[in-house]
Amino acid sequence: MARPRIAVHKFSSCDGCQLAFLNLGEALLELSEQVEILHFLEAGMNDPATPVDIAFVEGSLSTPDELERIQQVRANSRYLVTLGACATSGGLQALRNLEGRHDEWRDAIYAQPEYIQTLKEVRPIASAVKVDLELWGCPVNSDQVLAAVRALLFGVSPVDDRDRVCLECKRQQAVCVMVTQGRPCMGPVTRTGCGALCPRFGRDCYGCFGPSETAQTDTLAQRFAGLGLVPDAIARRFLMINSQAPAFLQTGRVFFHTPAGDQDD
Amino acid sequence: MLTQEQHYMPRTGMVTLLTELQQRGYEVIGPGVQDGAIVFHPLTQVDSLPQGIEQTQQPGHYRLHQTESARYFSWANGPQALKPLTFAPRETLWRSEQNADGSLRFTETLADRSLTAVIGIRGCDLAALALQEQHFAEDPYYRQRRANLLLIAVDCSHPADTCFCASTGDGPGADRGYDIALTELDDGYLVRANSEPGKAVLAALPLEAASQKHLEQADDQHRHARQQQRQLPRFDPERLIHQGQSAVWEAVADRCLSCGNCTSVCPSCFCFSEQEVPELDGQTSSHQRQWDSCFSEGHSYIHGHRFRPDTRGRYRQWLTHKFGSWVEQYGRSGCTGCGRCISWCPVGIDPLEILEQLGQEGTDE
Repeated sequence: MARPRIAVHKFSSCDGCQLAFLNLGEALLELSEQVEILHFLEAGMNDPATPVDIAFVEGSLSTPDELERIQQVRANSRYLVTLGACATSGGLQALRNLEGRHDEWRDAIYAQPEYIQTLKEVRPIASAVKVDLELWGCPVNSDQVLAAVRALLFGVSPVDDRDRVCLECKRQQAVCVMVTQGRPCMGPVTRTGCGALCPRFGRDCYGCFGPSETAQTDTLAQRFAGLGLVPDAIARRFLMINSQAPAFLQTGRVFFHTPAGDQDD
Repeated sequence: MLTQEQHYMPRTGMVTLLTELQQRGYEVIGPGVQDGAIVFHPLTQVDSLPQGIEQTQQPGHYRLHQTESARYFSWANGPQALKPLTFAPRETLWRSEQNADGSLRFTETLADRSLTAVIGIRGCDLAALALQEQHFAEDPYYRQRRANLLLIAVDCSHPADTCFCASTGDGPGADRGYDIALTELDDGYLVRANSEPGKAVLAALPLEAASQKHLEQADDQHRHARQQQRQLPRFDPERLIHQGQSAVWEAVADRCLSCGNCTSVCPSCFCFSEQEVPELDGQTSSHQRQWDSCFSEGHSYIHGHRFRPDTRGRYRQWLTHKFGSWVEQYGRSGCTGCGRCISWCPVGIDPLEILEQLGQEGTDE
């Protein structure tokens, strides 16, 4: 049986999620026996237009060129899998959507803005083409990527684990940072996948894996207020890495640029 | 309450106890301070016990304080005690491997467990263990872990504001299910054994006859510990199940994060999910189980349908099971009054308040 063909494409991103492949170590050798990696610039393979079974897409859509390129990737791929927060929800760079001052900022920042061609709003991949599987996280972790590849090789649907970080925290027996330290932890509304990494090291989750199932974001925002966070600080908890994920955006907007928040700036 | 013969052991006897357990081949697990909480972990020296540590627990709030006291057990509890030691948060149940002819070979992963002694268990923990015992009676993974445990309880002298074990009948003293129990006093311990392995360990300890003064001090302390502010409200377990349409569920769902922390810290909650974790080569796979919660969407999922899509249904499931249908299932409520679900709820919901409200309401039409 021919090995499944794989491509890893990069759009607007920091390249960090591609490291989920490169950091696999020994498993990367195993992976290369299981699949044929045809396009993966960071690893040296360059054949962007080749047809593949699985295309992993890192990064968001930030330029007109990327809007065209994602159509080609989709047309050449049997399965399209987004790799990480940027591709799945727009990522950190989508923060500029919140202000809606694209032209003004471009002209202020770049010496020769006429050479800059960017979209007024940063968009996730799914806004332009059909996405078969979304892998959340900033960055994604290697186990998550391998589990998805393995499931696709078996020809079964990958498990979409939408549980909260809290459940994993307790399985790992990490002590709750909200209850013992009053920290504004996003764990109760954030999907697991990271292995409760931040709380295990005593810091609050900042939501890099995006919203969990039935994310009670309004309730958590009220709790943050009870812990003493001013409105703008609450907005920043929700409007960070996954600011465009609907559950986070909706609650974050309520507290964003409120009069009390601006005083705090 | 205390029927076994009582001995007195000076505080320094704790070193002898630890050494004796180690010499008998036990890995010793005990309480210590970690990340601002009392956490049970391997105990190799008495110095790492939480000496002088006291605590404040309120709904959604848990803080430790260092005091001058020489006591090691002047706190009520931490987020976990026995449950992770008997019902593992995540474990492999079996492995499967594909043979050359395509058939599958299954391998048992039940490994020998080392002898483990746990120091610092409370009455509420022992009562919860008895409940787990019923639920996992046929579970070989649980049974094997349980069979290798030696339980050294310490009567609770400093219940937290969230505790209500006196009203559930499960504390503050330890009166069943232990091998050895201690009552910590200002200068030492009253010691009693409740099993042959427990008596064997006691024989090696520097024990004296308990004096009248010590016994009186223990009685005073116990009486004081029973004066808990919180109490399980009066309610009829059978009625709960007929209050599914109450507006109380709606109101609590507005406050609840559906995060499942209450069920994870509950010493009697036993729900789990199972999953297949295949190796990348596709030839071998581990079948794992892990703690789940009635607050997760997967818990009520059957093919094509989620029975409890919202927080209202999930909270109702947790409360009516724990305090209602549990009675029918296991002969008593699933609550042993440890108060963990109150302290470790990030938004500080107190299930006793919900029970109280339901108790004042009628049943569904």
